[in-house]
Amino acid sequence: MKLEMRDQPGQLVAALQPISAVGGNIIAVIHQRETPAATETLDVQIVLELPEGRLEKLLELLREQGVNVVRIGEERLLYECTMIMIGHLMHTDLSDTVDRIDTTGSAEVTELSLVMPAISSPSSARITIRSTTRDEMKRAIRILRSVAEQKHLLIIEPLEDA
Amino acid sequence: MRIAILGFGSVGRGIARAILAKNLDITVTGLADSRSGIIDPAGIDLAAALAKKENGGPCGGPDVGPADVVAKADYDVLVEVTPTNVDDGEPALGHIRGALGRHKHVVTSNKGPIALAYPELRDLAAANGVFLKYEATVCGAIPLIHAMQEGLAGNTISRLYGVFNGTCNYILTRMAEDSLTYEQALAEARELGYAEADPTYDVEGIDAGVKLVILANTILDMRTALDDVERTGITLLTPEALRLAEDQDCTIRLIGEIVPEAGVLRVSPRLVAKAHPLVVEGTLNAVTVETDLAGDLTFIGKGAGSVETASAVIGDLLYIRDRHVQGS
Ligand SMILES: NC(=O)c1ccc[n+]([C@@H]2O[C@H](COP(=O)([O-])OP(=O)(O)OC[C@H]3O[C@@H](n4cnc5c(N)ncnc54)[C@H](OP(=O)(O)O)[C@@H]3O)[C@@H](O)[C@H]2O)c1
Repeated sequence: MKLEMRDQPGQLVAALQPISAVGGNIIAVIHQRETPAATETLDVQIVLELPEGRLEKLLELLREQGVNVVRIGEERLLYECTMIMIGHLMHTDLSDTVDRIDTTGSAEVTELSLVMPAISSPSSARITIRSTTRDEMKRAIRILRSVAEQKHLLIIEPLEDA
Repeated sequence: MRIAILGFGSVGRGIARAILAKNLDITVTGLADSRSGIIDPAGIDLAAALAKKENGGPCGGPDVGPADVVAKADYDVLVEVTPTNVDDGEPALGHIRGALGRHKHVVTSNKGPIALAYPELRDLAAANGVFLKYEATVCGAIPLIHAMQEGLAGNTISRLYGVFNGTCNYILTRMAEDSLTYEQALAEARELGYAEADPTYDVEGIDAGVKLVILANTILDMRTALDDVERTGITLLTPEALRLAEDQDCTIRLIGEIVPEAGVLRVSPRLVAKAHPLVVEGTLNAVTVETDLAGDLTFIGKGAGSVETASAVIGDLLYIRDRHVQGS
C-alpha cells in the first residue's frame, strides 16, 4: 500500500516509528512534486507492506504522532511472479488450475498466455500471479506446485523470488 | 612427481597430451584402460600410448590391469579418471581406497566415489596423511571447488546456483535460438558429441544433481545423497515454452540450486532473465555463489572437454606437489 503525506518538517521521521511498531515493512520513500502549478509543497509517498488487519492501528498511531496522511492507496497486489506451465493444460481443466490460486483471496492470476500447438501434444502457458505479500506469493506457488503434481504439469519457476 | 592414470578416455588422454605439450615435471609410471595396462617406473612413453589408443587398440598389455597399477606401480598420486558410476562408485571407489591405503594421494574427475563416499574417503586420506582432490568432478575447467575452499574460506555461503550441465545448456540454447523441438536439439547435440547415446544421465538432471551433492557434502557441511535432490529434467520442454519466456526477455535454463540453511537441493528448469550472468550459451557452465563477506560471485567456463577437464586435474596435481611431494 501507499501512504501519502505533506512533506512538512518532521513528518517523515514521525511516520517511520508507527510503521515499524505495527510490523510494517517500508519498501520505498518517494518525494513527488504534485503539479508544476501547485504550491511549493512536496508530497511524500511511503510504499509499504503491512500485515493483514493492521491499517487501522497504524492510522491511529500516525494521528497521535501528528502525521497528516493525505491519501491511502491500497496497492494490494505488490508482488508479481511469472511462471511457465507445460502439459495437457486444457484437458486438466485450466480454469480450475487458475481458480485454485484465485480462491485464496490473497493472490490472483492476472495474466495467462496459452499456446496450443496441436490437439494431442502438450500445450504451454505463461501465467502471472500477483499477491499482497511475499508469504502469500510463496503460498500461491506452493498451491500451483501441488496442482501441477496432481495434473502432471511441468511448472517452470523463476530463478529469482518474486 | 610420479603419477598413475586409471582411465585413458577423453580426460585421461587430455592429461597425457598436456603433460607432453608442457613442461609440467610429471612422470607417468602407471596407466590402465578397461582392457590393459602398463607399469614402468622409468616413465611410460605417453606419445606411444596415445598413438596405440587412437588406432583403436588398448593402451598397454593385457596382463596388467587397473588393480595392478593401483597396488604395484610406483607413484605419488593416483589419477582416477574412469567412468562415473553413481550407483556404487565402482570400480573407482576400490581404486581410490587402494591408493589411499598405500599412502598415495588421489586426484579424480570421477563423480561417483566423491558423491557417494566422501566422508569415508576424506577420513581415509587424513589417516594416511595424503590429499584427496576432486576439482574436475564439478564444472570441468572452472576452479569452483578451489575457489570455495581456499579463496572464500572465511565466508558463509547462503545460496549457490547455476548451470552445471553443458549438454542441457546446449539443448536449451538451440531450442531458444532456432525454435528447435527438444528432440531436434538433442539429435544435434548427439551429432556433435555433446550428448551420449543414452542421454538420461544429463537430460534428467542426474549429472547436475550429483554435482550438487558433491558441493553440499564436501564444502557446505551437508550430508546428502542423490535421492535428496528434487529433480526435474528438460525432456518435457516445448519450443512454445521458450517462446513464451522470450516474450518477457527471459529464457529457460536447467538450474542446480543449493540453499544450505533450508536444506534445499534442487535441479529444475527455471525462467531466467536473458541479461542474467548465468545465461551462458552452448555447452558452457556458470555458477553463482552468494556469500556474506565477498558478496555474489559468478564463475563461467567450460564444464567439460578433454583438455579443459585435464586442466582441473593438473591444477590439483600441482597443488599437491607444491605442498607435499618431495622430489620428483
Ligand atoms: N569428459 C569430460 O569432459 C569430463 C568432465 C568432468 C568429469 N568427467 C569424468 O571423468 C571421468 C572420465 O571421463 P571421460 O570422458 O574421460 O570418459 P571416457 O572417455 O569414457 O573414458 C573412460 C576411460 O576409462 C576406462 N575404463 C573403463 N572402465 C575401466 C576400469 N574398470 N578400469 C580402468 N579403466 C577403465 C576406459 O577404457 P577403454 O578405453 O578401454 O574403454 C576409458 O579409457 C568420468 O568419471 C567422467 O564423469 C569427464
